[in-house]
Amino acid sequence: MKISALLAFLVGAVASNTVLAQAGADSVRQIEKYRDALMDGNPADLWEARGEELWKRVRGPRAVSLEHCDLGKGPGVVKGAYAELPRYFADVDKVMDLETRLVYCMTVLQGLPRGEVLRRTFGDGSNRSDFESLAAFITAESKGVKMAVGMNHPKEKEAFKLGEKIFFHRGGPHDFSCATCHSESGKRIRLQDLPNLTDEKDAQRAYTTWPAYRVSQGELRSMQWRLYDCFRQQRFPELTFASDTSVALTMFLARNANGGVFNAPAIKR
Amino acid sequence: MKIMSISNKSLDVLLAVGLLTSCVAFVSDSEYRAQAMKLMGADFKARGQAGLDRLNQDEANAACSRTPADGPLSKSASAAIEKANFARLKYPADGKLLGDWREGERIAQSGVGKQFNDDPSRPAGANCYACHQLAPKELSFGTIGPSLLGFGKLRGTSRAIQEYTFGKLYNPQAYTACSNMPRFGHNGILTEAQIKDLVALLLDPESPVNK
Amino acid sequence: MADPMRIRATMQGDKVLVRVLMSHEMETGQRKDSAGNIVPAHFIQSVTAVHSGKTVLTAEWGPAVSKNPFLQFQFAGGKSGETVQIIWTDNKGDKRTDEAKISS
Repeated sequence: MKISALLAFLVGAVASNTVLAQAGADSVRQIEKYRDALMDGNPADLWEARGEELWKRVRGPRAVSLEHCDLGKGPGVVKGAYAELPRYFADVDKVMDLETRLVYCMTVLQGLPRGEVLRRTFGDGSNRSDFESLAAFITAESKGVKMAVGMNHPKEKEAFKLGEKIFFHRGGPHDFSCATCHSESGKRIRLQDLPNLTDEKDAQRAYTTWPAYRVSQGELRSMQWRLYDCFRQQRFPELTFASDTSVALTMFLARNANGGVFNAPAIKR
Repeated sequence: MKIMSISNKSLDVLLAVGLLTSCVAFVSDSEYRAQAMKLMGADFKARGQAGLDRLNQDEANAACSRTPADGPLSKSASAAIEKANFARLKYPADGKLLGDWREGERIAQSGVGKQFNDDPSRPAGANCYACHQLAPKELSFGTIGPSLLGFGKLRGTSRAIQEYTFGKLYNPQAYTACSNMPRFGHNGILTEAQIKDLVALLLDPESPVNK
Repeated sequence: MADPMRIRATMQGDKVLVRVLMSHEMETGQRKDSAGNIVPAHFIQSVTAVHSGKTVLTAEWGPAVSKNPFLQFQFAGGKSGETVQIIWTDNKGDKRTDEAKISS
C-alpha cells in the first residue's frame, strides 16, 4: 500500500512537474472524497420533512393549506413543478420563481399578513425559515426530472433578458459582476471550484444541485439564498427576497440549465 | 421615436399600432439595460456601508458589462479606458513604493472589507489568494488570475517595475481594460500604505513569493 | 422542542439497517457569538435504540459530533413490520423519542 501510494505520488509529481501542483491536486481529491462521504445521510431530509408538514398544514385567516397553491402545474401539484420554474403565471400576469409564488400563495390564498410571511426568509441557527423548509420539500419532488424552463411567454423572455443584463452588470467598489467569477470554465476561488454559468454543462451541474445542505453552516440553503450571499460577496447592497431582480436572475440561470436532470436538495461543504 | 418626424397623423397611429405589437417581440439592448438598472435600483436595499450608489457604473464598468452577444470590447474602446484610468494613477508623494512584505502577506490573505456585514472601521484586505498563487506554502489559492509565484524574481526590482506593480495594484484597468481585478487604490479599497506592502510582497527578494 | 428525527429502518439480509438523522444544534461550548460571548454548550449526550423492549444500541456522544448528526447501524433479530425506537438526551436534559417501522 505504502509503496503504491508513494509511486502514485512520484508519477503524479513527474507528470505535473512540480510537487506543489501535486499537493494542490491532492487537496482537490480529498475534498471530492469528503463530498462523497457526505452524500449519505443528507440532513436536508430534516428540512424536507418539515416542509411537507408546512405544505399540508391549514394556516391563515382563510384556513387553507398550501395544497391549494398552484406552482404552475395546477393547484397542489408539486411533482416536477420546480423543474419548470420560474414561469409566467396568468393570475398575476408576472413571472415568478418558487419563493415568489409561495409568498403569493401565503398572502393571497391563506390570507397571512405579508410582514409575518417575510419575517424569516433565511434560517439562522435554531430558527428555521419556512421558505427553506418548503423549498427542500418542493424541490425534492423534482428529483430526477429534467429542467424544462419555458420562454414562450413574452414576459418569460423579458425576465431572461433582464436576468442576463443583471448577471453581467459590473459595479460596487470591487467592479464585480456575477460574470467575474462565473463566466470562465475551470476556475476556482481558493480551492472552491467555480461553475461557469454561461456554459451548458456547468450551469446544469450548478443549478440542479441547489438547494443544498451546507455543512459549514448547518443550514439548508435555497437558490434565493445563493443569490443573496453572492451579492454580499460582490460588495453590492442587500438583495430583497423574492424581488423581481432575483426572479429575473433565477430565470437566466434556470433556463441556462435546461435539459439537466434535477438532483437537489444536495449537500455541499 | 422616428414616428415623431412623420407629419401625417393617421400614419403615425398606424405605425404606432404596428410598433406596439412588434414591441413585445423586439426590445432593444439598451432598453433591457435601462430596465435592468431600474429593477436593481428598486430591489436592493442599502445596508451598512453598502449604499445603492454601488449599483451605479463609471464609464469602464458600463463598457465592460458585456454579454456574450455583445462580444469583446473594441480595441479603440479598450485603449480609451486604459488611457483614462492611467491618467488617474496616483503615486505616493514620498516617492517610496516598497513597504513591508510581512504585512503584505497578511493583507493578501484577508478577504474582509466592503461587504455590507463588514465593520467599515477595520482595514480591508486584498484577498489576493482568492484568485492568485503567491507564496508557495499557501496551497489554498484560486485561479481566476495568473500565478504570481516568483513575480519579483522574474522581473527584478527596478524603479520601472516598482511603478508598474504599484500602478497595477492601484488600478489594473490602467493597463488592461475590463480586467477582473479590483481597482484597489482607485476605488479606495486599500490605503496607499497597504498597496506598498503588497508591492513588497511581490517584489522584495526576501518575500516568500520570490524564494 | 426539537424537530422529529428521520428514521429509516430496512432489512438487509438477516440484519436490520437503521439510518437516523437528528435535528440538533450540537454546540461545542467553545464558539463565540458576534458579540464575543461564549455560546453555551448544547449537545446530545446519549443515544439509545430499542427493538421489542430490548436495547440494541447505546452511544455516548460529545461536542465533537457535527450539527444535525447522522447515525447508521445494524442489528440482528429484527423483522419487517416491527418497530425500532430511537431516544436521545442532551446536556440540557432535553429528550426526544421517535420510532419507525422496519421495511423489507
